[in-house]
Amino acid sequence: MSLSDILTMRNELLLTFMAMILLIIDLNLNHTQKNRIIPIAIGFLLVITVIGFIPQPDQTLFGGMYHTNGLVQLMKNILNIGVLIILFQSVAWLKGPANATKISEYFFLLITTLIGMNFMISSGDFLMLYLGLELATIPIAALAAFTHFNTKSSEAGIKLLLSSALSSGILLYGISMIYGSCGSIYFDAISASFANVPLQVLAFIFFFTGMAFKISLVPFHLWTADVYEGAPINVTSYLSVISKGAAAFILIIVMFTVFKALAPVYKSMIYLVSVLTMTVGNLFAMRQKNMKRFLAFSSIAQAGFILLGILGTNQMGMSSVVYFVLVYIFSNLGAFGVVAAISARTGKESMDDYNGLYMTNPKLSLLMMLSMFSLAGIPPVAGFFGKMYLFMSAASGGYYWLVFIAVLNATISLYYYLLVVKAMFINKNDTPIATFQSDGYTKIGLVLCALGIFILGFWSQVYEFINGLTFGI
Amino acid sequence: MNILTLLIVVPVLTVTGILFTKDLKQARVMSAIGMTIQLILSAVLVYMYFAERNAGNMEPMLFKFDALWVPSLNIHYAIGVDGISVAMIALTGVVVFAGIFASWQMEFLSREFFISLIILATGVFGFFISLDLFTMFLFYEIAVIPMYLLIGIWGSGPKEYSAMKLTLMLMGGSALLMVGILGIYFNSAPAGSQLTFNVVEIAKHQIPIEMQRFLFPFTFIGFGILGALFPFHTWSPDGHASAPTAVSMLHAGVLMKLGGYGAFRVAMYLMPEAAHEQAWIFIILTTISVVYGAFGAIFQKDLKYINAYSSVSHCGLVLFAVLMMNTTAFTGAVIQMISHGLMTALFFALIGMIYGRTHTRMINEMGGLMKVIPFLGVVYVIAGLASLGLPGFSGFVAEMTIFFGAYEHVDTFHRVATILAVSSIVITAVYILRVVGTLLMGPITDKHFNHLEDANWYERLSTITLVVGITFIGMAPLWLSDMIKFSLTSLVTKLASGHIPGM
Repeated sequence: MSLSDILTMRNELLLTFMAMILLIIDLNLNHTQKNRIIPIAIGFLLVITVIGFIPQPDQTLFGGMYHTNGLVQLMKNILNIGVLIILFQSVAWLKGPANATKISEYFFLLITTLIGMNFMISSGDFLMLYLGLELATIPIAALAAFTHFNTKSSEAGIKLLLSSALSSGILLYGISMIYGSCGSIYFDAISASFANVPLQVLAFIFFFTGMAFKISLVPFHLWTADVYEGAPINVTSYLSVISKGAAAFILIIVMFTVFKALAPVYKSMIYLVSVLTMTVGNLFAMRQKNMKRFLAFSSIAQAGFILLGILGTNQMGMSSVVYFVLVYIFSNLGAFGVVAAISARTGKESMDDYNGLYMTNPKLSLLMMLSMFSLAGIPPVAGFFGKMYLFMSAASGGYYWLVFIAVLNATISLYYYLLVVKAMFINKNDTPIATFQSDGYTKIGLVLCALGIFILGFWSQVYEFINGLTFGI
Repeated sequence: MNILTLLIVVPVLTVTGILFTKDLKQARVMSAIGMTIQLILSAVLVYMYFAERNAGNMEPMLFKFDALWVPSLNIHYAIGVDGISVAMIALTGVVVFAGIFASWQMEFLSREFFISLIILATGVFGFFISLDLFTMFLFYEIAVIPMYLLIGIWGSGPKEYSAMKLTLMLMGGSALLMVGILGIYFNSAPAGSQLTFNVVEIAKHQIPIEMQRFLFPFTFIGFGILGALFPFHTWSPDGHASAPTAVSMLHAGVLMKLGGYGAFRVAMYLMPEAAHEQAWIFIILTTISVVYGAFGAIFQKDLKYINAYSSVSHCGLVLFAVLMMNTTAFTGAVIQMISHGLMTALFFALIGMIYGRTHTRMINEMGGLMKVIPFLGVVYVIAGLASLGLPGFSGFVAEMTIFFGAYEHVDTFHRVATILAVSSIVITAVYILRVVGTLLMGPITDKHFNHLEDANWYERLSTITLVVGITFIGMAPLWLSDMIKFSLTSLVTKLASGHIPGM
């Protein structure tokens, strides 16, 4: 194995290097200097994100366990950008007294999960996929319990750990069946011999169930709300955006390659799961008053829309999924960013606390409104295009009724997104959240989201670029 | 730059300009400048349109511009206008202009108000110039969503309820529309060739009849909801009653016309066979709209509710006329859209001005206003007479043409529907005259009313603009029907024969 082969894994290696360096630097800082780790970490990730955009030839390593190509690289870049924004948004919270001694742990754990996701997306066989998935999941459980003195946070950590252990078990069971029936764990070999026989259908169902846990599709979503509410906000946003996005990426790749022979079978499954996910997510989101729980359930509903793209089973479907996740990262992080900024400053997380926010903090309110519109799919912001393309790919498969159900669900979701807008702009409040200035990092994080929400939609080259890399069945 | 693109650019620049203003005075001046330019542009567009047609340009769409936006999905920024859209653009220009002056004293969050209002107008202008279904849908939603904030923040009465109801119902409409538009897209070309969103291109191809049967109700009802089609009209009275003056003007005046316009431009034009098959269902529904709206208006005590129900009736008439599918009725439909747009905007402007003085909208609490505010009183009478179809005003021309067109059908079903719909004229007279009688005539019921001041210059400007429009169309309807005649002919021929290849 030559050096250039190893450099194929540049993203993972750089991230590992970064995690190690952060730990070493941390050793040399005393308690009052821990803050210095923040700019170093952000700068590091910024460099890695930029490096990610340097083109790289398609390559395979370890006999097909690891592979990379334009699409994989693009997905990694999308995740890098998302994590970068989250880092910007977490600074205000990290600087709080409760976290003074464990700043570097936060970065270390976060970067470790990102490494896991990168390996997962690059995987060429089920062993690597499983390794990556576990590496991505276990540190998040630690992150969810990051404010360990808070009972809810500890509870979130345990719940996440237990439910992901269960889902990993189910996933592994499915993988073992695949291995048993195909005699291989390599994607290429499996896809050649996979067929519509009962055992393999069962194997697929187990695999899909395991992944559905990670993406929190109904009926495997029950862990989501408690974990999202208990975990620190920035971890929640990481879970709902990056984790979910990465799992969706690998799911669609596997569905389109390994399981393509099963497409006639899994389409009806996905149809059902998609309708359930959108509807149940919406119905629960409507009743939430806590902003974190609210966003948690809304993100369940959003996952239902992602399935529409998979259902298209064509190139348009995969492009729309990747594009939607990209847009979703910006819109959801916009919303989470505002919630995090307010929570870090005032500790308030309830929707009622947002009453009259526009009068005191107009910029935050406007960004929140944009994010809500983008999540609901209202033009001219990017979310509209993301949803529209998903609907188009479903319609290309002739699923008009599903599109109708989906758009109706989008309308229902508009109701509760508008509730937030109503709270900020219309409701009166005698004691609104006082006017405050966020620090520079938070501002950069929020401005990045706003730019993404505005530009990604109109700038059609983004979609074209994605479409140039994707493939269909 | 293409004059149609300018119609989008000017409002966007105006919004950007308002962002840099400091208070109400600057914001309203900026909006007024922007919308005056917009009005002038609309007038220039009308002039240019006539010039092109007189020069013998027989293209179905003029001033076309086409830029590929999303190549892999063949989404274009394609714009172009025919006579009908030019007429609608002119209407929008006038109503927006009047709306800015009607909200001259918007003290609360004035910048935000004007920004939302102009974004709404941008959506409407964009909708009328679009030839591409994707951009058309995009502009449609841009026009709908600011309504939530406009009603919710600056409205009155149960504004939050009304705003939410209106937004969700219209978005539900766009859910239907989305299915229709995507269905049209995926059947827009013979198998194997490039799919397209372009209306003119799709019209050359016949969408398979079984798909038409499935998609037509989605598309027609989707637009119909915005056009207050019974039983999906319930957002309209609440929404209009709660909205601030300028928003009611724009919404009843222009936004509801998006529904009627879309119904024939997209649903019927692209799916003529299904339109013929299913027209009877919608004729029944629109007849109910027309009569029910008029009756609804009789029982209301709130001025805005009266006008909102009368809008349901009048907009129902537009859809009713469109479904008759002959040239005469179509001409009537377009004139009705323009006429009702001006008239209802004028009504809402007046109601807003009267409410600003008397602080009530209940007709039984007012009386004798003609003596204290004669200008507003006279204009109110003019609007009322136009609304009940007095010759000399636009309403007469529109309704006469529609009913003539409808009566051209010889079968019993169409005739019965027409006769029922005609009855709305009488009912309209009842509620209009009742309002004029109690509101303006008689003794002054409240001594506070003695001190009311008549219209200011900006209020006069706003109302006179609209009155001029109403009388102009009433006196010289030929001018308007000339403008739309050419475009209607191709539309109606396509509808009448079901399908003409190569049109």
